[in-house]
Amino acid sequence: MTELFSAVMNHSFMQHAFIACILSSIGCGIIGTYVVVKRVGFLAGGIAHTVLAGMGIAYFMEGSPLVGAIVAAMFAAIFMSFVKLRWKQQEDILVAAFWSVGMAVGILFISKTPGYSVDLMSFLFGNILLVSKTDLLLMAGLDIIIVTIVFLFYKQFMAAVFDEEFARLRGINIEIYYTVLMCMVALTVVLLIQIVGLILVIALLIFPAACAAQFFHSLFKMMLASIVFCMLMTTCGLSIAFQPDLPAGATIIIVAALFYIISMIISAFIKRMQKKAAIY
Amino acid sequence: MDTIINLDNVSFSYTHIPVLRDITLAIGEGEFLGVIGPNAGGKSTLLKLILGLLQPDKGNIKVFGNSPEKGRSRIGYVPQYPAFLRDFPINVLDAVLLGRLGETRWYGGYTQEDKNIAMDSLKAVEIDNISNQTIDSLSGGQLQRVLIARALASRPDILILDEPTANIDVRAEEDIFALLKEYNEHMTIIVVSHDIGFISGYVDRVACLNQTLLCHTTSEISGKIIEDLYGAPVKMIQHAH
Repeated sequence: MTELFSAVMNHSFMQHAFIACILSSIGCGIIGTYVVVKRVGFLAGGIAHTVLAGMGIAYFMEGSPLVGAIVAAMFAAIFMSFVKLRWKQQEDILVAAFWSVGMAVGILFISKTPGYSVDLMSFLFGNILLVSKTDLLLMAGLDIIIVTIVFLFYKQFMAAVFDEEFARLRGINIEIYYTVLMCMVALTVVLLIQIVGLILVIALLIFPAACAAQFFHSLFKMMLASIVFCMLMTTCGLSIAFQPDLPAGATIIIVAALFYIISMIISAFIKRMQKKAAIY
Repeated sequence: MDTIINLDNVSFSYTHIPVLRDITLAIGEGEFLGVIGPNAGGKSTLLKLILGLLQPDKGNIKVFGNSPEKGRSRIGYVPQYPAFLRDFPINVLDAVLLGRLGETRWYGGYTQEDKNIAMDSLKAVEIDNISNQTIDSLSGGQLQRVLIARALASRPDILILDEPTANIDVRAEEDIFALLKEYNEHMTIIVVSHDIGFISGYVDRVACLNQTLLCHTTSEISGKIIEDLYGAPVKMIQHAH
């Protein structure tokens, strides 16, 4: 513990890592809540894996992988929302296709890029210790965008995720709001890839909101609780990984899963107590 | 009486099988219209066409003289089944507040006025005491009332209900129709129902629908019409009111 503390005090990469956890948790908690209540975890996974194609192409063309990631994620988000709104029957097939083709394209381009091998692992599993100051500024920027959009259009997003048909009747353009929501999912995915990598992104989108859903029954409270859960999961995971030198991304996901299991047990216990109290 | 909804020779099909054929129907302001017919007779489809959720293959629909997409903001719609998941984290008041969309400001949260109107709608359907409960804790009848309150919250000129009493008991059914009768004093109401005998006691006019519009009559429905409509004699049950 003292070693962790001194590392945080003395090394800027550790400070960056912890700040990255806090910053990404804000976007992750808000957007993860939408993903969980709208049950689009699979779509978010599709977006995450398509990002590899963007990163691979950017690497091959000697561009910035981050720009490639954002472009690919946005493209996937717009495509996924189109699929969700128009081709409801084949949704799972098309998402699975995008998921695997995205990976395949990415791997092909990366394999043809000289000196690729080091970076592939950090794309897939993240490398939180390499987060730079620019990355942190970018994360803060994405947080501001997400918080502003959600704050302004909270009612409309609520209607769009709760009851599409009724929202449409009340004059809400579902296509636009849904696509914007999926684009925010895409931005959050890019945000989280730095921390846990694209394979583990879904877990960090789902677990905090799923824990929050055990205890809170309003969308707004769920968002706040998800943010707190996400901060706890990522910082705990990072702290645990430090001493035995475990991969931080994987450790964070295991910690998140443990949080989820414990929250289910606590919630089941609370429900039982309430039932007992109601009987007597 | 002004015509507020006008269907002119409307046909519609989802696939190659026609669902509605050559429907011509004018609905006047202040009317209480019952739409009856067998399953798959096109009742819900007719409502979705009026709401602009579906586009007719042929013919023309006007709502308040405009296209359904423009006119529908003045319609309150109560679906047969809730289109949302019952375990969504939302309470009754927030679900009803969604009816204020399109009427309230575009940004941020709801205004105090929205909340007052939503509470009034809940009082009108007599469930204001459960405004803080989450929707997964409601009974079928309570949920039906939430859907009606949500439709009322937009302060509509027309209320359209699709089988509003399909999932609730007779006692609650009578309550809801009595309530609708009351609302009919200042609102046009269109209600789809399978219960022929029951609704005839409340509505001004009945439209019988089985692909085509077989009749729209103001008089009592005879056994002959019902036979035409369902293709078999139907036992009519006398409801005492």
